[in-house]
Amino acid sequence: MTPGVAMTSLDLLDLDSLHSDEERQIRDVVRRMVDERVRPFVAGWYEDGEAPVRELIKQFGSIGLLGMHLTGYGCAGASAVAYGLACLELEAADSGVRSMVSVQGSLAMYAIWRYGSEEQKRAWLPAMASGEAIGCFGLTEPDHGSDPASMATRARRDGDDWILSGGKMWITNAPVADVAVIWARDPEGIRGFVVPTDTPGFTAREIRHKMSLRASATGEIVLDDVRLPDSARLPEGRGLRAPLSCLTQARYGIVWGALGAARDCLSVALDYAVSREQFGRPIAGFQLTQAKLADMALELQKGYLLALHLGRRADAGSMTPEQVSVGKLNNVREAIAIARQCRTILGANGISGEYPILRHANNLESVLTYEGTSEIHQLVVGQKLTGLSAFS
Amino acid sequence: MNIVVLVKQVPDSGSERGLSADDKTVDRGSANNVINEMDEYAIEEALKIQEAHGGEVTVLTVGPQQAAESIRKALSMGPDKAMHVVDDALHGSCALATSKVLAAAIGRLSPDLVISGAESTDGRVQVIPHMIAERLGIAALTGARKLVVDGATLTVERQTDEGYEVVTAATPAVVSVWDTINEPRYPSFKGIMAAKKKPVETLSLADLGIAADEVGLSGASSAVVEAGKRPPRQGGTKVTDEGDGGVKLVEFLASEKFV
Repeated sequence: MTPGVAMTSLDLLDLDSLHSDEERQIRDVVRRMVDERVRPFVAGWYEDGEAPVRELIKQFGSIGLLGMHLTGYGCAGASAVAYGLACLELEAADSGVRSMVSVQGSLAMYAIWRYGSEEQKRAWLPAMASGEAIGCFGLTEPDHGSDPASMATRARRDGDDWILSGGKMWITNAPVADVAVIWARDPEGIRGFVVPTDTPGFTAREIRHKMSLRASATGEIVLDDVRLPDSARLPEGRGLRAPLSCLTQARYGIVWGALGAARDCLSVALDYAVSREQFGRPIAGFQLTQAKLADMALELQKGYLLALHLGRRADAGSMTPEQVSVGKLNNVREAIAIARQCRTILGANGISGEYPILRHANNLESVLTYEGTSEIHQLVVGQKLTGLSAFS
Repeated sequence: MNIVVLVKQVPDSGSERGLSADDKTVDRGSANNVINEMDEYAIEEALKIQEAHGGEVTVLTVGPQQAAESIRKALSMGPDKAMHVVDDALHGSCALATSKVLAAAIGRLSPDLVISGAESTDGRVQVIPHMIAERLGIAALTGARKLVVDGATLTVERQTDEGYEVVTAATPAVVSVWDTINEPRYPSFKGIMAAKKKPVETLSLADLGIAADEVGLSGASSAVVEAGKRPPRQGGTKVTDEGDGGVKLVEFLASEKFV
């Protein structure tokens, strides 16, 4: 696909030149698939509050998008930067579609890949990489969001088995998932379990009336004495560090993804400003509009450099959770500011579903708080700066 | 079954294209250069046959150095290897000369089947597959919308304006395909990463035993004398219905030879 005029001119600093051919090719394949399979339909999915998750996941699996940064077990083994570029292109269509891929690859698959037994990896990862099986990740609870250490979901031994009881909330992909990675507390601490969703006692209810991420399936999970064999336990997944390390992976994808939503907004606003005439000339010619466009383009490029820096560090194995907090805090905050500013350039059309801008802005409201709220990321950075923890 | 797929790098048909001012050949500098769209269908068809019948798929390209980029993209869809004929003397070659080079290269690969797109979006000549078949003395099944391989027998539904013809031939043969034949796959990430390591053999005209004066602008059998921009679009004709609107419409359509 030939990028539109707006998309090309947004790369003021020629940051494209910082990528390898392989990275650009992977990005171009995702962009093409998104252009052909997502963009023409996503406004409708959003309006209906229903996306064809299973069909999309299979299409994404066919090119190797699911768990693409993992190695072995049918995963593509691509670089962290390539994964970031994929997240950006997906979220340029819709944050909900990117969330679907993040949860599958960075949360559910990563948890099994990193903390699972050989048997669990063989059982689930190839099917999840191809999109045959959908995964979800249950950490957040109705009463425990930013403070997952206080979770109420319990795991208790019963002979050789484990019994899980409790509930999880705001779980992306839960209504359509085949497998759930569930985190629960036992007297020794937090443990992870791989739970097939057809296990008796496991139910997932779709959360309706969302005003954000409407093209994504979100669910509430109820665990009513779910009996599991010991082989369902993630043998290496102990303590809160395990789920938090998964979140670091997913947050890294968000650092890139949020830029996609922002780029799409700015690209649309730029095209609109050039063609929309008021007072006898294009509104892009007015100084106030140009100041908005220039400031947004600057933030987009700075955010991109930040994402790329983190990606190169991730590929070198030196990316730290605090650095990911810097990235998520900055890039989501700037992305939502860009979306809102673009909406002002479009005037009334800015709120219309005919344009993607308010959909992106509303989606970013979720992205702002999920996978660690902005405030929590400020506290992570604050702790790094001061050596003092504000939340323990 | 060993298959050679012909892949051509062309200027993106979605962007502004033109001929260079000095020698009136395709201006490759000003446009985004991509795989000829119809060739992606040829690659897909070759891969489907390979999946069903085994063998090896080789991409063959005649083109300048920069065509190597399109070869890598073609390989990322799944073919095993590639051959790239690159030689400065090829610049400006006509269809006859190009078919000579392609036939010589195919001769070195001795495939059971050659598949190409039915036309390229730059030249749109459509004759290269026929010329190759003639030079190699093998069958040409062109303009296919369906291809069935049964042992050494090929059956093709040949797309025509009115419908289709069913034609058969024994291998080896040349088949050219339209975009109705399949849905090309997306290159997978594994395919993209593996493409870097796939062998690409680069040959010159001398390697193929072809003299420089047999090809290129000087050896061309035809020459572009003049090229001009398409005239700007004219305003439409307004037909006012005064009770005879139907008749006027038909008269208009007849004058434009639509009916």
